Amino acid sequence: MKAPEFDYARPASLDEALRLLADGGEDARVIAGGQSLVPALNLRLAAPPVVVDIGGLDPLRGIEAVGDGLRIGALVRHAELARSALVAARCPLLTQAIAHVAHPAIRNRGTFGGSLAQADPAAELPACALALDAIMIVASRSGERRVAAQDFFRGVYETALAAGEILVAVEIPALGADRRFGFAEFSRRRGDFAIVGVAAAATKSGGRLASPRIAFFGTGDRPQLARAAAAALDGAANDTNTRKAAREKLAADLDPVEDSTASRAMRLHLAGEALEQAIDALWREAA
Amino acid sequence: MSARRIRISLEVNGEPVEAEVAPRQHLADFLRETLGLTGTHIGCEHGVCGACGVRLDGAVVRACLTLAAQADGGAVETIEGVSDSGEIADLQAAFEKRNALQCGYCTPAMLLSAQELLLENAAPSREEIRDHLSGNYCRCTGYHAIVDAVEETARQRRGGPA
Repeated sequence: MKAPEFDYARPASLDEALRLLADGGEDARVIAGGQSLVPALNLRLAAPPVVVDIGGLDPLRGIEAVGDGLRIGALVRHAELARSALVAARCPLLTQAIAHVAHPAIRNRGTFGGSLAQADPAAELPACALALDAIMIVASRSGERRVAAQDFFRGVYETALAAGEILVAVEIPALGADRRFGFAEFSRRRGDFAIVGVAAAATKSGGRLASPRIAFFGTGDRPQLARAAAAALDGAANDTNTRKAAREKLAADLDPVEDSTASRAMRLHLAGEALEQAIDALWREAA
Repeated sequence: MSARRIRISLEVNGEPVEAEVAPRQHLADFLRETLGLTGTHIGCEHGVCGACGVRLDGAVVRACLTLAAQADGGAVETIEGVSDSGEIADLQAAFEKRNALQCGYCTPAMLLSAQELLLENAAPSREEIRDHLSGNYCRCTGYHAIVDAVEETARQRRGGPA
């Protein structure tokens, strides 16, 4: 199908973009890579009066090292993230996850900020942001605010972004040399949204894994931290009983949805399998 | 200022193009309807089938998920341009030889995606070929012959036998 009519603007500065967005009212939409908005327009699921194209805003580009962490501009494309040596060295979780984000042609255009702002509950990057305790930098006409990933994702395609706000960058804090990562995903075909997936991070400490953060996607209306499973792994040894205990806790952490792809029981089973793969990866890296 | 008509200026297959477009028009429709470049095919029009692949600034993208307005200032290469330059003549010959197409609907974008892979990886495994082409649907061939043709082209470009 064809998109409905809309007004379009391509501002040259963030100030101008914020003004256009504020003037456009509640239904104005931001476009960057367009890999989620354009399908929604073509299917007429979205009919914004005005689309503000932020693709020309250079300050929203680039990947920088900040302390032990990273600052990733909202306009960084998936393909750029996948090729970044800095990201591979500091945060291999993202490098690994990006390979599962759609297909090469989508990754050539889709952006990091766009995927987070879209907040699809079965998408990889929001769960990575949650596992990494990322901070969203959000701009509006009244200035900048910082929102923790934990508070950013609010529901299906719903975030803490208010009308008139733009996600400009993401900070990923404290990626010390001892931080380890695990990622696993089950989908029907390569590049599809996940049936279930998990992004995990933990610190290697005295031969044990400390402070694990385990974020699932595809299991609810937003990416979800498995707190009970993480508590079972925190400080424990790599043995069968710990794994079994952590896996059993998932029934308390997750309440997966049932749809045409998978039943609740199947999702919970796959979440357990994904968790075991992620634990394997955390230990493999920690060795 | 936001507007209902946008002036764009871009390069298409090496030629400068100036046009006025509606913001809602995607790049595939602009190429087909305005420029008559019908080698860019439209299948699903929501980013799933991959038939509309073109190169924008050197990277293969979905033309149905790119607004024509967003291509302003960019360089677009379609299957017509890439065929005429001879850049993928060997790949096209391998597709024909291996029966890697039947109806041909997916073929232009399949060729562009395959060429993108071959430019970044001179010796891809069959698994890597399948992975890179995973966003391009083919309903005729079952993919096997396409993977064969891409693998054979890679081998020939490395100086190996056909």
